Formats: sequence, C-alpha cells, structure tokens
Amino acid sequence: MVDAACVRVDTSKLYLYIVGVSYLEKFFIIWHIIYKFASDKTYSICHMNSLSILKKFKTVFFVVILTTVMVLSAFFTSIDVFSQHHESRQDEIELIEEEIAKGELDAGKMIIDHLIDSHEWHLWTYKGHHVSIPLPVFLIHKGEFHAFWSNKLAHGHHHKGFYIEVQGDNKGKVLSTIQDDMLDDEILREEGTSGLPIDLSITKNVLAILISSIILILIFTSVARAYKRRKDQAPKGLQSFMEPIIIFIRDDIAKSSIGEKKYEKYMPFLLTVFFFIFLNNLMGIVPFFPGGANITGNIAVTGVMAIFTFLITSFSGNRGYWTHIINAPGVPWWLKFPIPLMPVVEIVGIFTKPFVLMIRLFANITAGHTIILGFISLIFIFGNINEFLGLGVGIGFSIPFAVFMSLLELLVAFIQAYVFTLLSALYFGMAVEEHH
Amino acid sequence: MEIVSPGIGLILWMTISFTALVLILHRYAWKPILKSLHDREDTIEEALNTANKAREEMKDLKADNEKLLKEAQEERNIILREARKVKESIIEQAKTKANEEADNIVENAKERIEYEKMAAMTDLKNQIASISIEVAEKILEKELSRENKQEDYIKKLISDAQLN
Repeated sequence: MVDAACVRVDTSKLYLYIVGVSYLEKFFIIWHIIYKFASDKTYSICHMNSLSILKKFKTVFFVVILTTVMVLSAFFTSIDVFSQHHESRQDEIELIEEEIAKGELDAGKMIIDHLIDSHEWHLWTYKGHHVSIPLPVFLIHKGEFHAFWSNKLAHGHHHKGFYIEVQGDNKGKVLSTIQDDMLDDEILREEGTSGLPIDLSITKNVLAILISSIILILIFTSVARAYKRRKDQAPKGLQSFMEPIIIFIRDDIAKSSIGEKKYEKYMPFLLTVFFFIFLNNLMGIVPFFPGGANITGNIAVTGVMAIFTFLITSFSGNRGYWTHIINAPGVPWWLKFPIPLMPVVEIVGIFTKPFVLMIRLFANITAGHTIILGFISLIFIFGNINEFLGLGVGIGFSIPFAVFMSLLELLVAFIQAYVFTLLSALYFGMAVEEHH
Repeated sequence: MEIVSPGIGLILWMTISFTALVLILHRYAWKPILKSLHDREDTIEEALNTANKAREEMKDLKADNEKLLKEAQEERNIILREARKVKESIIEQAKTKANEEADNIVENAKERIEYEKMAAMTDLKNQIASISIEVAEKILEKELSRENKQEDYIKKLISDAQLN
C-alpha cells in the first residue's frame, strides 16, 4: 500500500485541493443525475405506478426523519466531543502533557482521534468513566501469536508486554515494550526490527465493516426474497426503494460505461461497492454506535476497494487495452522509441487511476467529518473563554453549520458512492472495449 | 500522519470481508434480483408487444367488419330493391287477377240474376195462370150456378164453336 513516507506532504493542503476539485465535480454530477432522472423515460414508465401520492408523503416523511437525525447527530457529536474534552483532562497526567498546563481542548488532536481507527469502540464517558466495547486484539510478534481483549490495553495499561502508543508517529498503534526499549538502538531500527508487531486486531473499523456487511446482506437478501415472492409484480416497500437505485446502477453506470454485452459480469462488484460505500458513508455521519466508525474515510478501506477495481480492470483487460498501453496506435513513433515516454505515462496511468479512487473517497469523507468536528470544536474553544460565549457560538453558529454540513454529507455520501462505482465501471469499460 | 498510513490488519480484514460480501451478495441477492428484474422487463416487453399485436389485429378485424357491414348493407339494399320489385309485380298481378275475378263474379251474378229473373217470371206466369183458372172456375161456378146462365153459356160456347 501507500508508504507513509511518500505521503508525508502537508495533508491539510492535499485535502483542500481534492475537496476543491471535487466540489466542482459534485455540482457537475448532481446536474448530470438530475438530468438523467428527469429525462429517463423508461425510468418514469417503469416506476410511475409505484410512485403514488402515498409514496410522495413517505418521501416527505423520510426527509423529515433524516433532518431530525441530522440535528440529533450534531447534538450527540457535541456531547461526544465534550466527553472527549473531559477524557483528555482525566488522562492528562499520563497522556498529553501540554494539556495539563492549558486545560484546553486540542481540536486538531480531537478531530484526528475521531477519524482514525481504534482498538476499542468508545461509546460514551460518564463522570470520567469510559464506556467502551472491548474488541479482540490479535498480534503477531517475533513469530508468536497473541490474542487478548482490548480493555487490557485501555488507559495506557501494559499487557503481555504490549501497549497502545499515544503520541508520535506510531500514535494509536500497538507497540511492544520490549522492542520499544531497543527502538533507540539505531542498528536495530535500521535492520527493520521496529517495535511494531503485526497487528491483525478486530478494530473498531473492522467491526463496523462486519456490521455494515451484515446489514447489507440482511437488506438485500430480503429484497431478493421480495422479488421471488412477488414475481412480475410492481415493487413494494424496501424493494421499491432499492429498485430504482439498482436499475440506475445497471442502466446508467454499468450498461453505458461497459456496454450491453459485457456489463453483467461486473454487476455484482459494482452493486456491492456502491451500496457498501453508500451505507458506510451514511453510517459514518451517525455519531453513535453502530455508526460513527469512519470506514469510508479510512485509507486502508478505500485502498482495498481501489485494489479490487485495479485487479478486475487488469485481469479483464483484453489485447486492445494492453496494446494501447504498451504501444498505443496513432501516436508518433518518437514518443515511443528511444525514450518510451507514452508507454511510461500509460503504465503510470494504470496505477494512478485506482490511487485517485482511493484518495478521492478517503479525502471527501474525511474532509466532511473534519469540517463538522471543527464546527463542534468551536463551541468548546469559545466555551473555554466564556461559557456563555460557547453556548452562543454553539446555538448560533456551530449547530446550524454542522447540520448544514451533515446534509451536504448526505449528498456527498451518495455522490461519492456513485463516483466510485461510475469510475470503476469506466475503467472496466476501457479494459473490455473492442478496438478496431 | 496516522490518518494516511493504512494498517495492515484493516487491509487484511477488509479484503477478506469485502470478498465475502461480494460473493454472498452475488449468490443470494444480486443474482436473483437482477434475474427477476430482467424477467419482469421481458414480461412487460412481451405484454406490450402482445398488446400491440392485439391492437393491429383489432384494426384488421375492424376493417374486416366494416367491409362485411358494407357488403351486408349492399346486399340488403339489393334484396330490398328486388323485394320491392317483386312486391310491385305481385300487387300488379293480384290486381289484374282480382279484376278478372270481380268481372267473372259480376258476369256470373248477372247470369244468375237473369236466370233467377226468368225463373221468377215463369213462376209468376204459372201462378198467374193458375190463379186465372181458379178465378175463371169461380166465375164460371158463379155464372153457371143458375140454369139459364148455363144454357146461355152453352149456347154461347156452341155459337162460338159454330162460328169457328
């Protein structure tokens, strides 16, 4: 995967750049989707009967519910941040020394803590007591396998010679105490014997992936059962909610990008990727269990999905696809012969495509969460100056803007799922295109 | 920095669970859903085609019907016209026949009347004759009841006879 050293650029600038580009992209895509939906006659014919007035009321109801959830989530996020704030105070002695002196909320640290993976699923903090779901920790260290529950490592405790680092480059990772002592030894470090065991734990994100996978399986097997039970009838309930999306992915993404003949092979991947990203984007907006895990804003998760796209594209690439990469027809020979400029560009292109897929999804979701958490942090930053100022900022500024951002994130949740699926489909389409 | 450094464990679990998810959803969800959608679209298309066909057939049938109707009307008109003609000829015939019959009847009646008249006349004549004889008898009886009369009459008769 991505070597951390390579990406050691100013990440905040990177986010801004990608977010800036992708907002233009978003507006283009929104317009495209609205246009598609409005002009798609088959869509309106097939679904007209299922869209009765009752259904329209349901839509209004749905929107109201969503808005309520958004407001609630902003509220809960603020509570969560508040508890984090206190948590950092509670643990300040052994954890972050700067905060002892200031007693202030470190917004940047808090935001990062909310965005990264964790070995336990923190639920809430009540009177300084953390209530968390302990998760299994699996470690392979020096050829030995260790398994225990994450609560053994909570609050900086050491267990079996392992502990969770709280600062520095390895922050949040499980380190070995024995090796940690040797970390100072330059020779050992250069030999690659770092204090990092191979961590295969069921972390918060892994559990969230499993939960969302189960939800997806439950939803879509029930939809599939509805199709079997109500054969050749108009869709109903959950089925009628999913059907337009499935048809949209099939007709407007797969068929138009890959082609009528070959699209079927890629449908399982495209549908799964779409609904996986969509569901996890939505669950990422909900701040409490079982939501709140930042799955689609995790570079490992988006990276794995991008690798899937890369592998499928490469393995389904036909002769024409590879010919265009190695020896593109219609390109002057001097771009290919003494210095193989075009082939190099094309080969780099094979890897940049999935890389961009990975970064786009990761950065969009991370940026959205960062902004919301930033707004919420403002309450406590101002609250530290004056309690009433904090309250005013919270009610007058942070909550409305957090709600607005959440609504925007709802849109982004759909658009990023759509973009990931569409681009994957386009790459598959390029790979299987018939060249003449 | 931790935000852009992917963890090996998460990559492993994500790969395993995502592969499993794709396979499970493919087997138990996407396959039946896409198949049903496809089937339903086929059914709808077939139904539409059938409806179109039926409409075409209806059109043809309608045209046929109209043609039949027209033909029937024409036939009816012809039949009516012929019937009218037949009617007229029948009436004509009946009239002539009736006239003839009436003439015959009148003729017969006349003959009959003539005959009856003659019969009545003969009867009348006979009756008049018999009445006259009776009258004559009575008159003779009355005339001849006396002697001198009888003689007178005989004398007359003889004189008549001698005269003849």
